[in-house]
Amino acid sequence: MTENVSLGMPQLPAPEYPAEVHARLEEDARAIIARYPDSRSALLPMLHLVQSEEGHVTRTGMRFCAELLGLTTAEVTAVATFYTMYRRKPSGDYQVGVCTNTLCAVMGGDAIFEELKQHLGVGNNGADDTTADGKITLEHIECNAACDFAPVVMVNWEFFDNQTPESAKRMVDDLRAGRTVEPTRGAPLCTFKETARILAGFPDERPGAVEATGGAGPASLVGLRLAKGEAPHHRIVHPRGEATRQEGE
Amino acid sequence: MTLAAEIDNNNSPEKLLAPVLSAFWDQPNSWTLETYERHEGYQGLKRALAMSPDDLIAYVKESGLRGRGGAGFPTGMKWQFIPQGDGKPHYLVVNADESEPGTCKDIPLLFANPHSLIEGMIIACYAIRSEHAFIYLRGEVVPVLRRLHEAVREAYAAGYLGRNILGSGLNLELTVHAGAGAYICGEETALLDSLEGRRGQPRLRPPFPAVAGLYACPTVVNNVESIASVPAILNRGKEWFTSMGSEKSPGFTLYSLSGHVATPGQYEAPLGITLRQLLDMSGGMRPGHRLKFWTPGGSSTPMFTEEHLDVPLDYEGVGAAGSMLGTKALQCFDETTCVVRAVTRWTEFYAHESCGKCTPCREGTYWLVQLLRDIEAGKGVMSDLDKLNDIADNINGKSFCALGDGAASPIFSSLKYFRAEYEQHITGKGCPFDPARSTVWADRRADNTEVNA
Repeated sequence: MTENVSLGMPQLPAPEYPAEVHARLEEDARAIIARYPDSRSALLPMLHLVQSEEGHVTRTGMRFCAELLGLTTAEVTAVATFYTMYRRKPSGDYQVGVCTNTLCAVMGGDAIFEELKQHLGVGNNGADDTTADGKITLEHIECNAACDFAPVVMVNWEFFDNQTPESAKRMVDDLRAGRTVEPTRGAPLCTFKETARILAGFPDERPGAVEATGGAGPASLVGLRLAKGEAPHHRIVHPRGEATRQEGE
Repeated sequence: MTLAAEIDNNNSPEKLLAPVLSAFWDQPNSWTLETYERHEGYQGLKRALAMSPDDLIAYVKESGLRGRGGAGFPTGMKWQFIPQGDGKPHYLVVNADESEPGTCKDIPLLFANPHSLIEGMIIACYAIRSEHAFIYLRGEVVPVLRRLHEAVREAYAAGYLGRNILGSGLNLELTVHAGAGAYICGEETALLDSLEGRRGQPRLRPPFPAVAGLYACPTVVNNVESIASVPAILNRGKEWFTSMGSEKSPGFTLYSLSGHVATPGQYEAPLGITLRQLLDMSGGMRPGHRLKFWTPGGSSTPMFTEEHLDVPLDYEGVGAAGSMLGTKALQCFDETTCVVRAVTRWTEFYAHESCGKCTPCREGTYWLVQLLRDIEAGKGVMSDLDKLNDIADNINGKSFCALGDGAASPIFSSLKYFRAEYEQHITGKGCPFDPARSTVWADRRADNTEVNA
């Protein structure tokens, strides 16, 4: 990205993690590396791991990955900058991503995104995409494979289905106030750092996390219910209403 | 029975739908091993292990199962391409990077029934003689990742994974791998590069993954739904499978209905059902609106209009009508939707997701976005329309992988069916549509006083 180009002195090598942090992360990293026949395959999960330490991928984190995998920091940087889930600057505890790919955008995602921007007073993808209290980072995301639940908002990659501007605003208010927020599909929210650890391949150990919100979502069941001869419920208004009410409580 | 009643009966959801993978999603704890086993889970595996690997490959081939990830390549044939006795490790990699706009079948499948995938993977690994399999799951779906972690743990504990599975001598390690946000990793060779810890960029083929895939070893890359369909074929027989669908497109599949329809969701049916049948049984478009355009299989498949409501949704039927079955992602848009806005947004997606490896796609998608944004904003000129076609033509078939072809599809097809609407944006110097009317809550607020929340 051109805005980050600096023409001055080359940067000095990144500092290392403090010894205690390094030792702890190294143990995790060794567990990741052991999953693969070739150590380099561990790089993507290890970048999630270093992100779970600092909330974004730092130069220190990339140096750590490079040293453990026998790569250059340039090779690691090339990978870290390719994938959108790796954040490259400090960001909020809760990453709120509004789907603005065509279908969600048309169904209301564009309106939700605009209203959240106003409500939170943040821009998008600029320097000011995080609220001053460090709680919320707002971004727009691409299709997240939940089109039958449109419009969709993801928070720390948990599903908030069938959103409206009102439900989304209430949800970010709850997050900023420190209230427990539950997705329509997924586990009660943990912080971005904790989410990144799950992405590194370490199962969520919280009791009830796997079971949370039950089986398939309502839209996933409509065909099955019809096939079983169960009367199609009139879901034009209320399943969306239900989902948002639940989440707002 | 009167003729009318008979016709009605033949068009009933019970007749037209065929839930297999989704058959017990409504049961309590549907994602657990216990529920899966109560619904004949891991019975297909037992039948498979009683066969020789070569017979198993032949059986899956004879079932006619075709890839559900978009291309429709015969699954059994993919397995057969793996060289045997070559002394190299073989790998199975499941493509769970579901990211094609509109596509939303694998994610709910894995959320509700992850064991069907794991059972299918064990069967596939037995067939291709693989001892290490991977699930490459897109990273942005943590609830699904949790359930895959748990399902794999359960499968190891029950002896379905690990060493000497069910006393068969088969050993299998299964690794769940979360991606990091890149649509291109759904392309199988980019996925392999990504799984090797590199930027996700497609590889030149040949060599194909069957010869030099993961770590340059023979590798099968299959879509989630393809692999998850295998256990039922083994358990109930290939005759049962071929009794559904058509000769060239046998079996059942998940259709994902979304957009301005009364009842969006998953509908599992024999291949060949039509959008009209799906809409008829599910309440049609949202009240008071008409279908304007739709995609048969995600944004990369050329769009259809109302005139295609009766196209059989199987590989041949959709192909003959000028599009592709793709992922059966039936995104339906009504008359409130601006087609220029829709195509602009898809094109922005392709430009954003283009990996940058090849020039036609990297540069072409960028310039398409510039032109489309101008047209949408009322700043376009008539010659831009031919220019759009021209650029799309320079991407289509001339880029490294199918992402480029996908980017060209909405351009070509929207210009074919809706050129007048593009012209309207140019002559009227702006978009004639009100985006507020397309939202899900647009009619709700007008119809009733219930505040929608």
